[in-house]
Amino acid sequence: MDTPSRSEHTPSPPDLVTPPGLTSPQTGLAAASAASGRARLGDRLFAGASKGSGILLLVIMAAIAVFLAVRATVAISANEGNFLTTFEWNANANPPVFGIAVLAYGTVVSSIIAMVIAVPVAVGIALFVSHYAPRRLAQPIAFVIDLLAAVPSIIYGLWGALFLVPHLTGLNLWLDEYLGWTVIFDKTNPAATPRSLFTVGILLAIMILPIITNVTREVFLQVPRAHEEAALALGATRWEVIRMSVLPFGRSGIISASMLGLGRALGETMAVATVLSASPVLTAHLLDAGGGTFAQNIASAFKEANDMGRDALIASGLVLFVITLLVNGAARLIIARHKEYSGANA
Amino acid sequence: MKLQHKSGLRTLAVSAIALTSAFALTACGSDNNTPGGGGETTQAGAGDIKCDGKGQLLAAGSTAQKNAMDLWVQNYSQACKDVQINYQGTGSGAGIEQFMQGKIGFAGSDSALKPEEVEASKKVCKGGQAIDLPMVGGPIAIGYNLPGVENLVLDAETIAKIFDSKITKWNDAAIKKLNPDAKLPGTAIQAFHRSDESGTTDNFTKYLKGAAPDAWKYEPAKAWEAKGGQSADGSSGVASQVKQVEGAIGYFELSYADANQIPTVDLDNGSGKPVEATTANASAAIGEAEVVGTGKSLALKLAYDTKAEGAYPISLVTYEIVCDKGNNAETLGAVKSFLAYTASEAGQKAVTDKGYAPLPEEIAVKVRETVDSLS
Repeated sequence: MDTPSRSEHTPSPPDLVTPPGLTSPQTGLAAASAASGRARLGDRLFAGASKGSGILLLVIMAAIAVFLAVRATVAISANEGNFLTTFEWNANANPPVFGIAVLAYGTVVSSIIAMVIAVPVAVGIALFVSHYAPRRLAQPIAFVIDLLAAVPSIIYGLWGALFLVPHLTGLNLWLDEYLGWTVIFDKTNPAATPRSLFTVGILLAIMILPIITNVTREVFLQVPRAHEEAALALGATRWEVIRMSVLPFGRSGIISASMLGLGRALGETMAVATVLSASPVLTAHLLDAGGGTFAQNIASAFKEANDMGRDALIASGLVLFVITLLVNGAARLIIARHKEYSGANA
Repeated sequence: MKLQHKSGLRTLAVSAIALTSAFALTACGSDNNTPGGGGETTQAGAGDIKCDGKGQLLAAGSTAQKNAMDLWVQNYSQACKDVQINYQGTGSGAGIEQFMQGKIGFAGSDSALKPEEVEASKKVCKGGQAIDLPMVGGPIAIGYNLPGVENLVLDAETIAKIFDSKITKWNDAAIKKLNPDAKLPGTAIQAFHRSDESGTTDNFTKYLKGAAPDAWKYEPAKAWEAKGGQSADGSSGVASQVKQVEGAIGYFELSYADANQIPTVDLDNGSGKPVEATTANASAAIGEAEVVGTGKSLALKLAYDTKAEGAYPISLVTYEIVCDKGNNAETLGAVKSFLAYTASEAGQKAVTDKGYAPLPEEIAVKVRETVDSLS
């Protein structure tokens, strides 16, 4: 989310910057012009330094990108499988055989599940905190949500593996029994522990909830008072106020927030590696154990990887990077289309 | 115009940060491969250490022997103040890689060097080549979670079929036959394997391939090849799943079973008497191994199909990798004196408490002789 632009902050005239002690009445004019020269020099130095560090950062990033692309190319050209369609990941074998099909599927599917669960809940919480809850209640709630965001992901992973997974067995059986006909909720081995993409999706939803909630709450709080009061004056109920003024105003803010959450879900590593029963299986049955994600695979395979294995992991990381870029680009497009009436880019 | 320019820069900076964090992901990972379950360190067993050399000795490699190394290093540095040894559990592959680049004095590895690795080592070992010195073994236990069933007995073929999803119920006829007295429930078997690549998986599948070639069609590898079952990250992950899930079975170093109080399978190796997974029984099986290394190398070929009484062949042997000739002159003294200690009776005895199987005496003698001849 962009901060409001500071166009009204024009630079102060240089003579105002000069410390008052330096200007004696006799040499006032000369001192002022000298000071203005110094200030210009300072301006230039600062501009140069900030521009320089910006460029340096870009150069470093470009160097990293080139390095990664080269390493990825090495791996992909040595690959005996099809990088896009092969299921297995045997990058350390000789010859290496690996593909990203399972990883890409698992990453996208688990993130979609997380978004489907997290976005409505997060928007609900944000609305409650910003428009329904009394101030005394709103602040503790906001505080607790901030706290959730500070929990390290390995803690979520341990909690997921030791608590969430065993307690999801009942929900899994219920879904299998009543919604099994939808295929995606059909569990082929009902006895297996639910260490599946579905469980990972639920865990990811909890993990991305705080960031989405916080950002959307901030946007909802920025809704111009006049909009809401105008709606109230027209006789709108509180829900109608939210529907007519708050949600349209916050739409691109919600999208930005969701994208931030999605970014975290796509790249989440340790929590997924701890909870998911990883295997090179691509299945539409979301409740079946198996599958994998890019980041989880990197975490699992990195430890014992040889040179080729590492290059292959870098290649998979680049794909994740491209997916993230595409998603962010799409989000920016959507936001740009609603620019004229939005809280995010106000 | 000026403003646009600035916000353009800002966008660049923001995307640059996003880029960095995306790449930083690739560096994440954790390593939970250590077999020791923790506990207090043994002070005894330092023995008479002959100090030699000075300064820092770097070593790296297998995480499976990390706990043994830590104990050895502790004992050794108490006796020899002049030498600081730093062993990093980076994984066997990374250890060998660093050794080949001449960065470390010796490497720890879960498996013997491949011929091409020996060939490549001639660059770093001036006038010699890298050799494998077996240093310590460890039983891989098969833990299970089956309330009411104690002393479960399985044989190689049944284990292979269970982990290959060919046997899916605990009251399968094959299991019943091996456990005529046990009350086996009809629950589904949930076989757990490692999701990360691991020397433990490598050695476990080597055993399956060696002892039950008809039932286990997959090539031994660090990555799990068989279909079905569930996976978990690290030995600790597998152990915690087995502990938690009723009907589960999984493989991990013995120390994890002890630490989590998970019952382990007694192996029917064909001798007629089921063998419990203990360090002593693993040592007995390692004693049946054959030295297949050439020259000074003492690489072992474990007898997975041994029928010797009291031999538990689901074991791994970890090696130290050094040059037979042409070791770095600065660290040679320290390497020789340290490895002489680790292969000594006192050194071997010291690590049994940590779940490691000491080398059988005849192999240990050969290791000591070889260490003495390093140059």
